[in-house]
Amino acid sequence: MNAETDRVTAHDLIIEFRNAGYRLPNGQGILHSLNLTVSRGETLALLGPSGAGKTTALKLINRLLDPTDGQVRVENKPTTSWNAIALRRHIGYVIQDVGLFPHFTIEQNVLLVPRLEQWPTERTQTRVKELLDLVDLDFDKFAKRHPHELSGGQRQRVGIARALAADPPILLMDEPFGALDPLTRGDLQKEFQKLQQRLGKTIVMVTHDVGESLLLASRIALLEEGKLTGIYSPAEFLAAKDSTAAAYVANFRMYGEAERANEHH
Amino acid sequence: MNIIEFCARHQREILQATLEHIWLVGMSMLLAVAIGVPLGIIVTRQPWLSKPILGGANIAETIPSLALFGFLLPVPWLGERADRLVIVALTLYALLPIIRNTSTGIESIDAAVRQAARGMGMTDNQILWQVELRLAMPTILAGVRVATVLTIGIATIAAAVGAGGLGEFIFRGLAMVNNQLILAGAIPAAALALLADFILSLLERRLRPARQ
Repeated sequence: MNAETDRVTAHDLIIEFRNAGYRLPNGQGILHSLNLTVSRGETLALLGPSGAGKTTALKLINRLLDPTDGQVRVENKPTTSWNAIALRRHIGYVIQDVGLFPHFTIEQNVLLVPRLEQWPTERTQTRVKELLDLVDLDFDKFAKRHPHELSGGQRQRVGIARALAADPPILLMDEPFGALDPLTRGDLQKEFQKLQQRLGKTIVMVTHDVGESLLLASRIALLEEGKLTGIYSPAEFLAAKDSTAAAYVANFRMYGEAERANEHH
Repeated sequence: MNIIEFCARHQREILQATLEHIWLVGMSMLLAVAIGVPLGIIVTRQPWLSKPILGGANIAETIPSLALFGFLLPVPWLGERADRLVIVALTLYALLPIIRNTSTGIESIDAAVRQAARGMGMTDNQILWQVELRLAMPTILAGVRVATVLTIGIATIAAAVGAGGLGEFIFRGLAMVNNQLILAGAIPAAALALLADFILSLLERRLRPARQ
């Protein structure tokens, strides 16, 4: 385990899994006694194969699911003591398929949470410009369009703008770039990295992309079959002895090797 | 005397019967929407109720209309007035397409849209009114359209129990072996069905959100 996490003060501790487990009503265990902390401003990647329980862990944070064992704490309060609606509006949420409302314009989609929170109109008007600017979409060109008029990459930009709309301190991302073609994905990952440095949000990101984890995460939590098998900094992960971590790294390096092999020709 | 002359001579009666027909169908459709849409929503929320609700509506649909009027005749409050009885019977016929289209419309909404709505902190009511019903609206309207056309046809049988409507002409024409009388009921009924179909399909198209 990473020594850094032991030194953080209670104040910096934003998300904490305490022996958190989740099993389906039929008794099948999805996540087993997860212990994990996320401190202010860091980006944690939940990495692992399909079915490892990554998405379940993420959903426990914004109360889309409640733990069946242990507890998950957000800002030092168990999620079950939070009002689920208030908690979700306090946390930005980005998913792979974006889920923009097809009957809303881009502006309306971005302003969903501010509108639910009944912000005054003057404030939402300046906010939507700021947000579209933040994700590099031209306000005049896109604000009045509908989601079906946008490309996949543009839609995910809107998804990120929507998640950031009410300036939540926490951002949850479930394979945010997973459905995009490699070039668009690379662009968005690079831009998101800049955004992350600028905004300083606490981010938990589900991914099965090692490159993405290494690029964006300050720590990588490796999950397998509903269990946490290790937490690594990107540097530690690259040198990890754990067989799964090593397999991930070897797979990742394969591309670099292919590149080098072809450079000699 | 051809059919046009006949209609011209009896235009007041035909108009009267048409209005009665519209009243019977209009009231039934209002009731059917008021009952069917909430039932359709319940089906999506409580899947275990799907079988009894859809099954019940299905059974109502299979009862021959004349028999249904007969069954309802001895029911205390209903049997007192023919139009009351007919409106209830027509409502029962209209329910199935409305319930089915409401639940299908809601269930066919992209799962990511619903997940995002929940994850963004919309309440169940907000999701229902601002997302689900709005996106399901074209499908629900398609159900209302089918039900309306169906009901306009069945309502001609209302004359058999004395509820009036365009069926009056048809029944009288049948009794008197007079084709012009039959047509004086059948043509306006068909025109009414086509008109309702046209108006509702326009509305349906307007409400369909643009898709890829």
